Amino acid sequence: MALELRQISSRIGAITHVKPTDLVLQPGAFNVLLGATGAGKTSLIKVMAGLAKATTGQIFMNGVDVTKDSPQKRNISLVHQFFVNYPHMTVYDNIASPLRVAGMAKSEIQGRVEAAADVLRLRPMLKRRPHELSGGQQQRTALARAIAKESTAVFLDEPLANLDYKLREELRDQLPDLFAGRGAVVVYATSEPEEALMLGGYTALIDDGAVTQFGPTAEIYRHPQNLTAARVFSQPPINAAQVTKQGSRARLANGVNWELSGKAADMADGVYTVAIRPHHVSPVRESGDQVELQGRVSVTELSGSESSAHFAMSDQSWVSLAPGVHPYKVGEGHTFYMDPAKCFYFAPDGAIVA
Amino acid sequence: MAKITLQGLRHSYSKVPSGPADYALKQIDLDWRDGGAYALLGPSGCGKSTLLNIISGLLVPSEGKILFNDRDVTTVPPDQRNIAQVFQFPVIYDTMTVYDNLAFPLRNRGVPEDKVASRVKEIADMLEVTAVLTKRARGLSPDVKQKISMGRGLVRDDVNVVMFDEPLTMIDPHLKWKLRSKLKELHQRVRATMIYVTHDQTEALTFADQVVVMQDGEVVQIGTPVDLFERPQHTFVGHFIGSPGMNVLSCELREGAAYLGDHQVALEGPVTSGYGRFEIGVRPEFVKIAKQGLPAVIRKVSDIGRHNVVEAMVGNQRVAAVIDGPVPGQGDAVHLAFAPAYTRLYRDGWIATSPAKAA
Repeated sequence: MALELRQISSRIGAITHVKPTDLVLQPGAFNVLLGATGAGKTSLIKVMAGLAKATTGQIFMNGVDVTKDSPQKRNISLVHQFFVNYPHMTVYDNIASPLRVAGMAKSEIQGRVEAAADVLRLRPMLKRRPHELSGGQQQRTALARAIAKESTAVFLDEPLANLDYKLREELRDQLPDLFAGRGAVVVYATSEPEEALMLGGYTALIDDGAVTQFGPTAEIYRHPQNLTAARVFSQPPINAAQVTKQGSRARLANGVNWELSGKAADMADGVYTVAIRPHHVSPVRESGDQVELQGRVSVTELSGSESSAHFAMSDQSWVSLAPGVHPYKVGEGHTFYMDPAKCFYFAPDGAIVA
Repeated sequence: MAKITLQGLRHSYSKVPSGPADYALKQIDLDWRDGGAYALLGPSGCGKSTLLNIISGLLVPSEGKILFNDRDVTTVPPDQRNIAQVFQFPVIYDTMTVYDNLAFPLRNRGVPEDKVASRVKEIADMLEVTAVLTKRARGLSPDVKQKISMGRGLVRDDVNVVMFDEPLTMIDPHLKWKLRSKLKELHQRVRATMIYVTHDQTEALTFADQVVVMQDGEVVQIGTPVDLFERPQHTFVGHFIGSPGMNVLSCELREGAAYLGDHQVALEGPVTSGYGRFEIGVRPEFVKIAKQGLPAVIRKVSDIGRHNVVEAMVGNQRVAAVIDGPVPGQGDAVHLAFAPAYTRLYRDGWIATSPAKAA
């Protein structure tokens, strides 16, 4: 059962939310839609789910054109960022409600509700009402409803965004297993690159209403096709600067230069954009091949197990991300070390060159 | 600005508390230095909001005292405590200009207009909102509104403490880091005593010089971000800070040595005496796959781009490891090695080893 979009677009009034998009999503692995807030993830989900009309194009589920079908007919489930449950119903009834609507036998409903409750550890709460639950339990109830229903397609629109991060970690770890082997196409929207990487599966990078790249998550992270894809899939933001290639060397505007190797050495002389991920810019020297970058630290952040430092180098802002806790002094100079082998080079039109 | 002291603070929402479980705050003794940047970090329900309400005066504690510069203010009402507060949602007047919003707390206290003008300008510059000073607040984006809300909290230079209560919850993730770092910078410039309440480790560790970690109404550790990462005093701190959190593994103690099954695990140093439930704590960053060590079976490998997070089963316990470079496959039998200097023993949740003395 695949979900296929052919030239799907969505325009409301004069505003284009989704540009003409072709995409084929398969069951069996998570399909992540990754993009910043406002990039068009929710609009795309609405069209796929049948909650919004496509302006152009067709949607196929398992080869059948469902473009004009209602969400009910498409047999989909949707879990939002905000916990949506029926406040007057118990957890049991919340999970059971779509099954009852479908006219399922009482004994089968009970079996499915209990199985879903077990998976999401909601057994002890089945008789409670949503307001008696924590945020995490409420969202687990919404997820249990989606699991019990055995839909053809499940859409999870930033389902963990409003949860404490420890709970988020835990649920994110469990989610792929929960839906594994169910045969449904699972679509998961997030604005956090880290989340996409942890979920694995496939990722579609969304920017300005368009899919800029689609493929196995780790692969498109390692091989961005264009500068936009590299930017969308990097948090903290990827470092990017103009670089001039001449002979076998690359040179930044401030004179920092390095020897090119591999594919980069074969590029034609000219001006490119060099981009390097923050974790390849280190606060300590790790090897002799690294290029020194002199910067002034402007902002530092600690995430618990990693430190990031934003630093200014000739009016440009760069970011370094390193494991552990590094005591930076804000406002002071610091030498960072960049690994030239980890650099991407993009042509002026944004396409990857090396 | 003021030094803040909490002495023997306990609070129960029940009129006749019958046991420790009835206390939202168990026992808190703290000294917050004048001009320091502090964070209160913990999950929802840990008691941090109760503590914040006691400091601001919305709540009188069941027991204990709160002092501002050694003056007892335990029963002083909020409006007389001279505190500025910034909340989750921007508190600003939509119909007023940004300038008037920032000027409001000063004008309210009869500050002369020329001083108002210079202070508003200074704060607006720091927050980078000078360009919108003459605009009405109504049309501004949520993050700019929240910046102005912060500005209102910071504009007076005579407050005892500025308190931030989850101020970035409603801000878009892509804008959060800018405000996070802005706050840190502001603290360094205005040097007011600031208390930042959050459940987000990055916000707490980025902002504060000292982080107070709370769990179940109790302070489990007060320390610098380095302390909390490198030497968690409690398994909760190890688990809560860091992603993935510290591995906490039930173990046995035999003659002062820790065992996982039949395998002895080297610890940072000697175990302090006592009985209880023992656990080994080691962060995933300090677990390596080695030629020899603890036998384990790989359960899951997640390639998260900059490294792999490997989950292995040691007996029936899960151990996470952060691995750079090549990784084994799912189901492979491997050996794990813990870096002894970062491997500690915990008794009933609390640290029970002391570091080995340097030779």
